[in-house]
Amino acid sequence: MFKRTFAIVKKEVRQLKRDIRLLAVIFSFPVLLLIMFGYAVNFDVKNIKISIYDMDKSESSRDFINSLNSSEYFDIVDFIHSSSDVNIHLDQKIAKCIVVIPSDFSKKINSNRNTSIQYLIDGVDANTASIIKNYMFAATTKFNQKINSEILVRKGFKEYIPLSLETQFWFNPDLKTTRYLIPGLIAMILIVTAVITVALSFVREKEKGTMEQLNVSSLKSIELILGKTLPFIVIALVNAGLILLAGYIFFGVEVKGSYLLLLLTTLIFLTASTSLGIFISVLSDSQQVAFSAATFVSLLPSFILSGFVFPIDSMPVIIQVITYLTPAKYFIEILRAIILRGVGVSAFWDQIIYLLIFTMALIILASMIGKRKAESV
Amino acid sequence: MNSIEVKALSKKFGSFTAVDNISFNVRKGEIFGFLGANGAGKTTTIRMLCGILTPTSGDAIVGGYSIMKETNKVKTIIGYMSQKFSLYNDLTVEENINFFSGVYNLPEAKLKERKKWVLSIANLEGKEKLLTGSLPGGIKQRLALGTAVIHQPEIVFLDEPTSGVDPISRRNFWELINYLSDEGVTVLVTTHYLEEAEFCNNIIMIDQGKIVAEGNSKELKSQNIKNKMYEVECDNPVEMMELLKNADFVDEVSIFGNNIHLSLNQNFISKDQIKSIIDKTGSIQINKIDEMTPTLEDVFIHLLEKGKRQVV
Repeated sequence: MFKRTFAIVKKEVRQLKRDIRLLAVIFSFPVLLLIMFGYAVNFDVKNIKISIYDMDKSESSRDFINSLNSSEYFDIVDFIHSSSDVNIHLDQKIAKCIVVIPSDFSKKINSNRNTSIQYLIDGVDANTASIIKNYMFAATTKFNQKINSEILVRKGFKEYIPLSLETQFWFNPDLKTTRYLIPGLIAMILIVTAVITVALSFVREKEKGTMEQLNVSSLKSIELILGKTLPFIVIALVNAGLILLAGYIFFGVEVKGSYLLLLLTTLIFLTASTSLGIFISVLSDSQQVAFSAATFVSLLPSFILSGFVFPIDSMPVIIQVITYLTPAKYFIEILRAIILRGVGVSAFWDQIIYLLIFTMALIILASMIGKRKAESV
Repeated sequence: MNSIEVKALSKKFGSFTAVDNISFNVRKGEIFGFLGANGAGKTTTIRMLCGILTPTSGDAIVGGYSIMKETNKVKTIIGYMSQKFSLYNDLTVEENINFFSGVYNLPEAKLKERKKWVLSIANLEGKEKLLTGSLPGGIKQRLALGTAVIHQPEIVFLDEPTSGVDPISRRNFWELINYLSDEGVTVLVTTHYLEEAEFCNNIIMIDQGKIVAEGNSKELKSQNIKNKMYEVECDNPVEMMELLKNADFVDEVSIFGNNIHLSLNQNFISKDQIKSIIDKTGSIQINKIDEMTPTLEDVFIHLLEKGKRQVV
């Protein structure tokens, strides 16, 4: 059995070596994707462009404006001098947010009365808009506190703050999005390359008629499947290593947990991906169909439904149920646990079981459909 | 001794019966021709005999093993070559040979010996490093046959091995088949080149999944065509066929290029009858009228026509 499997492995490697284009794609695609995603997909909001419409032009209003300007979150791009310019600034996207300070700002503050500051926020990008709102809220609270303590001091009281907030972000202290994205990227890249290469490799033999030749030989299906998938599993493992290396070099993401555990779980995930590739190859009769189906089935769910970018908890229940069909979902959980949190298998053993169930179900389904199709040709 | 014994074999795809209760025997070492139009059920039968398809009913003993119960054993003693060249075009000649010998688990020493043999029958000695995709069709086909029998099977199934190959390569390929048969290998070959069928020791013809005739080429001719046949060469065979179709002394008419083959019945007395019908029109020029011995093609057409008439 070993010898026959090895003969197939050797053949696959030889064919791959002659397919320079495919090889180039397989090895450059992951790192390119990583760099693209790492730099472009960034949910950190910084340097928000704001314009100020200061109708008061007093010491107090300048104080407030300076407090905004000193934070790294805001960039003051312009000062507005008439109310008609307010619309222009938002319409032409000169600023994302306009701070309107009323003309009686200093008068009211100096007489210890309440006054309002108006924030006009561009709400097109809802995510950014709500982040701006939070930043502005924090900035205003800080300013309030400062004035309050000044008043207290002037009246001879000691400043008293009953509750103070002490936040620590674990596992991703700087709240960097890339750190959170890299495990998802690894999962997505691995599943896409594994599913496409495996599906194409099987369907090509079907299309060229060589599969028939193998079917009449005394080769067992397990020998054929092992022989044909092993080379691609090795390639995918090498790719996983490359992505981790690139993640470290470009984004400083280190693996906190065990490398051995990482290797083993990656192998389990690759087995699941491979079985998906085989499943698609059973369904499709031409390389074109196989390629589109493989891309669709591997890329889309891994991107949208896996929790890679969009949190599963905030999806509607029906969609949440569908996410269970996405092997990348389980692997991302595992990767985040190993890479970011550095925890052991006790934290994610259930995900491994899900992956194994997924693999078994697909293989059983594929062999059932395969048998039925073989009998109907 | 029989190499293959087919017993009441049938295959249905849904409501369509591709192979309908066929039985035949193939003797060891003979070249057995399997003839039929496209879709007659030849490939389905071969695929069942190779163990790729499971029969709906019936059984066959191939090399002593039942295709129903011992499919895996059957696979070890047969070789198979399909109409598509089942070689990897992106591998070299030698890599293809090595691969298939690996699949059949040949020991190293055996591989060496068999590789030499395959290269010699394909005329590829010294060209082991050529990419298979770059070889001419005839050579590729010989290489495909060589790799298909690299494990020295007792029985070889060839499914339209010569389709799409030039006549000289076809002739050479048949020499190869004869050589295998001389070595004691049983060869079951399907073809729709009827002149090739003349090389077979025994033939069966199938139509719509049923055997319509069997025997050697001589028997097939004498059993099926009892009437005299004439060959008429003329300048307008289509019009002439229309004229002769309804003549009371003609059984069947078919066109072969510029010639017309006439199968005649008891009303026929002499070739002057043919001439007189043609002369009435005055527009067709006859070059030659001769009595002929029927070819397998005549038999085949005769049987298919008969089949059609029965259906109608």
